[in-house]
Amino acid sequence: MFEGLTEKLERAINFFGKKGRLTPKDVKQGLEEIRKALLEADVNYKVVREFIKMVEEEATGERVLKSFTPREQILKIVYEKLIEILGKHEPLKLSRSPSPIILLGLQGSGKTTTAVKLAYLLRKKGKNPLLVPADVKRPAAFEQLRDLAARYDFPVYDKRLPDAVKLSKLALSMAVLKRYDVVIFDTAGRLHIDEEMIEEARKIRDTVNYDELLLVVDAMTGQDAVNVAREFQEKVGITGVILTKLDGDARGGAALSVRRITGKPIKYIGVGEKVEDLEEFHPERLASRILGMGDLATLREKAKEAIEAEHARRFQEKMLRAELTLEDFLEHIKQIKRMGPIEELIKLLPGGKEFARYADEKMLKKTEAIINSMTPEERRNPKIIDGSRKRRIARGSGTTVQDVNQLLREYELVVKLMKEMKKGKFPLRFPI
Amino acid sequence: MIKKLFQGLARARQRLGDRLRRIITRRDPQLLEEIEEVLYEGDLGVELTENILEELRKIPPEKYMDRIKEILISILEGVEVKEKEGKPRVWMFVGVNGVGKTTTIGKIGKMLRKEGKRVLFAACDTYRTGAQEQLKIWAERVGADIVLSQYGADPGAVAFDAYEAALHRGMDELLIDTAGRLHTKHPLMEEMKKIKRVLSKKNPDAPHEIVLVVDGTTGQNALNQAKSFHEALGLSGIVLTKLDGTAKGGIVVHVVKEIGVPVRYIGVGEGEDDLIPFNPEEFVKALLG
Repeated sequence: MFEGLTEKLERAINFFGKKGRLTPKDVKQGLEEIRKALLEADVNYKVVREFIKMVEEEATGERVLKSFTPREQILKIVYEKLIEILGKHEPLKLSRSPSPIILLGLQGSGKTTTAVKLAYLLRKKGKNPLLVPADVKRPAAFEQLRDLAARYDFPVYDKRLPDAVKLSKLALSMAVLKRYDVVIFDTAGRLHIDEEMIEEARKIRDTVNYDELLLVVDAMTGQDAVNVAREFQEKVGITGVILTKLDGDARGGAALSVRRITGKPIKYIGVGEKVEDLEEFHPERLASRILGMGDLATLREKAKEAIEAEHARRFQEKMLRAELTLEDFLEHIKQIKRMGPIEELIKLLPGGKEFARYADEKMLKKTEAIINSMTPEERRNPKIIDGSRKRRIARGSGTTVQDVNQLLREYELVVKLMKEMKKGKFPLRFPI
Repeated sequence: MIKKLFQGLARARQRLGDRLRRIITRRDPQLLEEIEEVLYEGDLGVELTENILEELRKIPPEKYMDRIKEILISILEGVEVKEKEGKPRVWMFVGVNGVGKTTTIGKIGKMLRKEGKRVLFAACDTYRTGAQEQLKIWAERVGADIVLSQYGADPGAVAFDAYEAALHRGMDELLIDTAGRLHTKHPLMEEMKKIKRVLSKKNPDAPHEIVLVVDGTTGQNALNQAKSFHEALGLSGIVLTKLDGTAKGGIVVHVVKEIGVPVRYIGVGEGEDDLIPFNPEEFVKALLG
């Protein structure tokens, strides 16, 4: 469960050493690692090459700052450059009433869900949006939008016509009459871009005099993201991008490619299944995610708010002395939980997805029940837990012996990792 | 069949193959770098690309093309397809959202119907709105029976009912659609495991097939998806979809290499018949030209 984290830390310390100015060799070496990280994150090969070249020129000869290693210095430059390229969040342009927003994208990118999330976000800002199912082709596309919208009481234009363009036009007239101030068009996706789709998108675009033409892109997209972005940009002309499915473990490098190809801002990101899970785009977070560093800044910020200093101090002390008991383990999980929606938070950690199983309420309850069913002695010294104790604990906590075993195994791993830390093998770089 | 694959991958093939050939016959010092680019743009990923480049460094340029093909084919052919018999034969389709699970079930249903099989669909995706309707439309289209359910219903219970129905109606094949959500969601995996458990209780061999549907446009994350689902359920096959576009689906090679599960079919379009059995040699040939 700690492999990801361990590897990263291990790689990180390989670069510790000399100070001074960044030599071409430092830069080359450091950038090779970053090049691979970007490629692993699905950033387009050409975009990576261009990016690396740019950073190489800037980084060579730069002074290594105090308290930074050359590697950290390079990472910092890369990170800042990434943020710069990714661009800032830009609010939606809503220039009139009703303000038409068209969503474009391939099938499966999450357009329909995004349409409803966007409506939700706009309603929170005092708007009164109308949703238009302009996808007349995919089976059940209409039902999907209608039912999803109904869940949150959003009006949906429910006239069914075989012609998406005519439908869009009628929907817009109705919006004017009924005084909706935003109209969101959920257009037809295709498996890939074809002329028919582009033609339809163009016609809708010309019919509704849009404020925003947003391309919805699945964050898991591979190298193909550049093709998709280029086609939509050249043939329809988008005004912005919404990146979806960032709640998974995809690194989201596609965003960088899309941004580079289209030059259009990333407006929002989809970070979960719930209707409120559409967020403003923060380049820092995405940049660290693409680099695979975890979002240390956000983590620190959140941790500061919630974690009690005392707990943190004790926990760290115990970690350093490698004396963590199962009681501490439990307390720590609870503490982390207090920091907020744990799934989100945990994903911000490097290697975060390995922890994500604890994010689940049920899992946490199970862990808690198991530890609660142990005697104080067992908690402090889990080595004494033999077969018959395991059976008793499982019975007492309403779990299985396998569950108990799993918890103990994971605990062992933590202890092992702590011992390595104690030996000074890994630096503690953020306040766990 | 081959024609369709070639059509589907035509764009991909043209770009990759032609470029590779052009690059190789030119024999310039940038050769390997350009090959690297082609491999990366096919979504083969860092590890596989680096392995291939290492192999190529050992041989003369005129052998590059054959060697690349050889490496890719040997990975894809390295895993055996094991088909299990059963009546009903139970297929469980899993995967993250938006990959084309429901469509794939429709297409496989069509294929089985053409073989004269009696097919039942089970709409165990009780999560996504529209999922039930979408599968129903497919059932009507291909002439399959269907067991529907309410949104929010327990997918395990639906699977149970569907199995009973398949048994009583004398169905040959039972195709189960499941909720697509990101593989990182713990409850999803528990739900999948439960569906599998319910079916295994009815028949120890069931599900006879657990098929992961992977979007061909997915990048390196496909590997995480495959690992998560394989670990939780033990996959028997992969269907790679959306290969009719510009995406090359190269990540599947890495997936096969990593989890040792064969690719069974590929989706090459939106029509009912746009599903073809996977053939490693043809796939690689079509990909590289």
